[in-house]
Amino acid sequence: MFVPISTFHGSGMSPTSDPAASDTAERHLDLIVKISTDQDKDAFAELFQWFGPRVKAMMLKLGANNDLAEDLMQDTMMTVWMKAGQFASWKGSAGAWIFTIARNKRIDRFRRQSTRHYVDVDGMEFADDSPDGEDMVLADERDRIVSNATAGLPEELREIVRLAFVEEKSQTEIASELGIPLGTVKSRTRRAYQKIRDELEDVL
Amino acid sequence: MNTTHHPDEATLMEYAAGTLDEAFAVTVSCHLEICPDCRKSVRAAEAMGGAMLCEQVGAPVAEGSFGRLLEKISAASGEGGNTAPAVMEQVQPQSPGSVLPAALGSYIGRNVDEIRWKRIGPGVWQHPIRLSDGAKSSLRLLRIAPGRSVPEHGHGGQEITLILSGAYRDEIGYFGPGDVADLDEDIEHQPRVVSDEDCICLAATEKPTRFKSLAGRLLQPFVGI
Ligand SMILES: [Zn+2]
Repeated sequence: MFVPISTFHGSGMSPTSDPAASDTAERHLDLIVKISTDQDKDAFAELFQWFGPRVKAMMLKLGANNDLAEDLMQDTMMTVWMKAGQFASWKGSAGAWIFTIARNKRIDRFRRQSTRHYVDVDGMEFADDSPDGEDMVLADERDRIVSNATAGLPEELREIVRLAFVEEKSQTEIASELGIPLGTVKSRTRRAYQKIRDELEDVL
Repeated sequence: MNTTHHPDEATLMEYAAGTLDEAFAVTVSCHLEICPDCRKSVRAAEAMGGAMLCEQVGAPVAEGSFGRLLEKISAASGEGGNTAPAVMEQVQPQSPGSVLPAALGSYIGRNVDEIRWKRIGPGVWQHPIRLSDGAKSSLRLLRIAPGRSVPEHGHGGQEITLILSGAYRDEIGYFGPGDVADLDEDIEHQPRVVSDEDCICLAATEKPTRFKSLAGRLLQPFVGI
């Protein structure tokens, strides 16, 4: 069921990519495969060591206190363990996958009086989205492109992306925090998105 | 299905960041079920989130954090909880009109015939959808008879409408099943149902209690919008 992802790597590395970062991304894919196929606790420990502190840092930045941030991080990593088998159909990097899990935990906690979970497409499977080996290569390539493109955004766009994705601020909140009109936040958001989409044109 | 109107890219970015309020998130989600293009866009935006996560300088986790996590996992499996990699739940995206989108399932079920409509005007019915207590947005289904206008359901704030069945036309164009009208607060439009059948749509709006929109409404007659 699981394509041995690691055999697809090594070729086609883009010249602008940071080799250390892409080695790390590749390593994370391997770790998740080990967790899903062998329930490998050592692999899980390594993944936890890398992502646990980063997930917690994001939870702190969006305003959680230390206990809540720790708790949400544990919840996130527990879901990573339980859903490792579903990662096969995720067309993207481990970082993006774990980001969405952490995002959903944060939202579910906020809606704690509700029994409903954040409805997102990540829990769904679509016929036209089914993964194969080639998609996994693309996913990895795409990860490098997005990391580089995100890092290379002009500061005024990067700030908008950071406020939205790390501090989980709505566009209305960003507008009032930066003292700029909502329309400007939206147009900067579109520009940031389009830069990424343009870079991804060939691999989407 | 020919979807021609999609959510604004800025809206898809908010969806990916997880900052859309509940009614808007549900509405976008219903569109994503039937729109592979927007699913791709959301994935690209989520990849930015992943890149941001990987760039974080880690915060120290509590002492013994990983050990406690392993205990939780084995406790959950001891209780018969499914801690082994789970098989993904298959969601069958349906064509809107036959049944309601999967994303509405946990709110009101998926059978459109079971909706209890409340008449709010000639040829216009609605069904409000209950959201979580903290929601800052409202969600409702609207059913409008052929030839009728879609009532003003916004309150001067942002609104996102998804057509589930039937069709309407306004100054922007023709909106059929799957199409999304993602409108800024300053857009005025007069949609009229042009299908032979009733038009059923899902409408997310900001709650009217927000000061900004209230002020906007009060000011309207004076600035002549
Ligand atoms: Zn779309």
